[in-house]
Amino acid sequence: MAKKLIVIGAGMASGRLLEHLLEADPGAYDITLFNAEPRGNYNRIMLSPVLSGEKSFAEIVTHDDDWYGTNRVTCRFGERVMSVDTARKVVVGEKGEVAYDKLVFGTGSSAFIIPCPGHDLPGVVAFRDLEDTTAMTEAAARPGAKAVVIGGGLLGLEAAAALRLRGMEVTVLHIASHLMERQLDPAAGYLLKKDLEKRGITVMLEASTQEIKGDGRVESVLLADGTELPCDIVCMAVGIRPAVKLAQDSGIACGRAIKVDAQMRTETPDVFAVGECVEFEGALFGLVAPLYDQAKVLAKTLLGQEETFAMRELSTKLKVTGCDLFSAGDFADGPGREDIVYRDPARGIYKRLVIEADRLIGAVMYGDTADGNWFFGLIKDGTDISEMRETLIFGPSYQGGASADPLSAVAALPPEAEICGCNGVCKGDIVAAIAGGATDLGAIKATTKASASCGTCTGLVEQVLSVTLGDDFVLPTAQPVCGCTELTHEDVRRLIKAQALKSQEAVWQELGWKTRNGCHVCRPAVNFYLLADWPLDYTDDPQSRFVNERNHANIQKDGTYSVMPRMWGGMTTPQELIAIAQAAEKYGATVKVTGGQRIDLLGVRKEDLPAIWHDLNEAGMVSGHAYTKGLRTVKTCVGSDWCRFGTQDSTGLGIKLEKKLWGSWTPHKVKLGVSGCPRNCAEATCKDVGIICVDSGYQIGVAGAAGMDVKETERLVDVPTENEAIEWTTAFVQLYREHARYLDRPYKWVAKVGLDWVKEVLSDDAERRALVARFDVSQSVYQTDPWAERAEPEAARRFQPLADLTLRAAE
Amino acid sequence: MSWIDIGHIDDVPLRGARLVRTEVGCVAIFRTDAAEVFAASNTCPHKRGPLSEGIVHGQKVTCPLHNWVFDLNTGEAQGADEGRIDTYPVRLEGGRILLDGTAVSRRSAA
Repeated sequence: MAKKLIVIGAGMASGRLLEHLLEADPGAYDITLFNAEPRGNYNRIMLSPVLSGEKSFAEIVTHDDDWYGTNRVTCRFGERVMSVDTARKVVVGEKGEVAYDKLVFGTGSSAFIIPCPGHDLPGVVAFRDLEDTTAMTEAAARPGAKAVVIGGGLLGLEAAAALRLRGMEVTVLHIASHLMERQLDPAAGYLLKKDLEKRGITVMLEASTQEIKGDGRVESVLLADGTELPCDIVCMAVGIRPAVKLAQDSGIACGRAIKVDAQMRTETPDVFAVGECVEFEGALFGLVAPLYDQAKVLAKTLLGQEETFAMRELSTKLKVTGCDLFSAGDFADGPGREDIVYRDPARGIYKRLVIEADRLIGAVMYGDTADGNWFFGLIKDGTDISEMRETLIFGPSYQGGASADPLSAVAALPPEAEICGCNGVCKGDIVAAIAGGATDLGAIKATTKASASCGTCTGLVEQVLSVTLGDDFVLPTAQPVCGCTELTHEDVRRLIKAQALKSQEAVWQELGWKTRNGCHVCRPAVNFYLLADWPLDYTDDPQSRFVNERNHANIQKDGTYSVMPRMWGGMTTPQELIAIAQAAEKYGATVKVTGGQRIDLLGVRKEDLPAIWHDLNEAGMVSGHAYTKGLRTVKTCVGSDWCRFGTQDSTGLGIKLEKKLWGSWTPHKVKLGVSGCPRNCAEATCKDVGIICVDSGYQIGVAGAAGMDVKETERLVDVPTENEAIEWTTAFVQLYREHARYLDRPYKWVAKVGLDWVKEVLSDDAERRALVARFDVSQSVYQTDPWAERAEPEAARRFQPLADLTLRAAE
Repeated sequence: MSWIDIGHIDDVPLRGARLVRTEVGCVAIFRTDAAEVFAASNTCPHKRGPLSEGIVHGQKVTCPLHNWVFDLNTGEAQGADEGRIDTYPVRLEGGRILLDGTAVSRRSAA
């Protein structure tokens, strides 16, 4: 006949014990399970996501009624155990006695409540069970509700983050000088505090709670320094205490908790203990990993098998979405201990390894915890790290020598490796997207956003595709413009010309667009192609332009704008400077001298734009188009007028070029430079078009770059006269306007079509002049000051809100 | 509901937007077609970009700061981004745009 086993407490440790026991020998015991909570075992660790609303309670139940039924466990839930008589071997419950052959204490722990005045007021809860969670959820439902969380440890911070997600105003009070001081060092604690504050959680360190005040219910928390924090709920998460009263009353030997040996036996025969109520070699347990180990050991002991519990290293991760931290081992300072520290403050990354006698003994990581498990393995195994010490902090991918094949490097990347820095997309996200059916770059962009911002990771993304798909991935030769069409930019340009499509509607219809009127990717491109090819037939559509080109000012990250008047060739006058100074003062602008030899007025409110433009217009200045895909600046040196080395009037040529080209729309921005001699003070050799003056005339270079890429210009032609220099430059810009794909700077376009082709076209005198003539036609429409137009009262009105309903309320 | 006349449809550019200041913050009125308007929060949940300055396409708007795309019917972010903007009842009556005053008053927001 099966022996009778009684387990007191249906928690995570005893739940795991039952699983092991039933799996090994389902018939060994008749099991009776007592639980004071009126329910069975659930994953207590997952109460945080239940509190935040990310999970429901049902999702975290590990053993439901069916499970207990199937396994014939007699459940006495909601029933307290009054006493245990170890002499008679019976457990006395509220509803009667049960005899046992073996007894397991799994009574767990209870939250430690600071015994300050008011700690027993309604509204003071712990964060231990479903009842606490429900009380907090209810409090959070009240609009504008405030919570004070006492305790900045693992549990308190998870509660705080969850309550914040529920919309509460949350303040965390922590007695120590940094958060999670048992798991983190001060640096990581600081980064964590910053991240929590970014989410709107107030963190008060070295805050000592004196009293919880309230009349019949919590109203505020009073700190020792006199600060009073009004609140609707107080969550105490300062620690746990093993629940051992029943054991003590039953005469079981206890220290701080129930004393057990390595087989989980108490000092009383046939009585065992497991979980947070246990003390082993003076240590208490709160994290789940050792509890599971204990459960495994006890299952074997109960089945008469040999097993020994041993303490092992622990690692910690915080379950707060977006706060990435990891700690393991011992990271306190000490004699004979050395640190390896890596910091990247801009990205909020911090890693610290603690080494003692060529062994890794501790690790703290914040912001990037991808290598955490690898370090944890080194700590557990006591690996000698002296050989890899120099590169240790960079993680496993840097060990064992660099790999020559880029594909093997990509293949070796762990799933957490970040591929796209702009959008924070990891390799794993991309691989998952590929598994989900994305087989090309466009699909990866659409599903993960990888390479959808700056695009510098495009090659990497393609390598991930290649590694994952193997031979199934062929580098596509042409990418469609966007998801609205199958056509490439080149196709669209060609068809607009060939089919004489002269409106957006014509493009959508004739080219079979899949969307009603395009998207933010294709519409600006189509708008440009149409106006570049049909300047007299098509009217530029401001609603197809990026905000800067629509508002003729650069939007800044705070929603204000920057305003930059043109300074022809970088020349200005005292009168212009006075007008700029006055405008800056009047509209509260910050003044910045730019790299393009102009003055930028930053921080202007949208409503003020027409007025500041009007003022600058009055002083004779026009828009500097510092916001357009069009001509930006022509940077010049002082040239032969002033400089003893100057060979030609570089300033004069720069001004003439700027006056010729300003106001034209181009596929991307265009910057020019004119230097008066090969010393090149205007830095012309990294511009889209850069002219170097020499004694014999003008050297025209094109396709330079000084942005994400840096590239020297390539020589287009040398010409003897200024007029020819202007003609060649204009023709080059027009050729670029007619052929380049939208958002390709000239250097990218020239790389695609080849400089030889450009030279060939432009060397044809008739063709060159025809290009200039077409440019002039376009300029007859587009060379107007956008500021002057929009400073008119009717147009200016559109920069104001349509209506102000806040005034209505005030009435 | 209390419908408030906030202006004429032609005050809002086609495939553009205008702002309305309300007690719940700036609300953007999007004109997606000749006679089709939507009202939604002006603030992108990502980095607070002004959505009224975004490119309006179909019944969607793209944030001008980092290209998050929102469906104006539901306010839900599209594609890989997760987030949503509040939307408000709005209707057209003889060319006038009417916005639900209750939805944008402080009491309803609280």
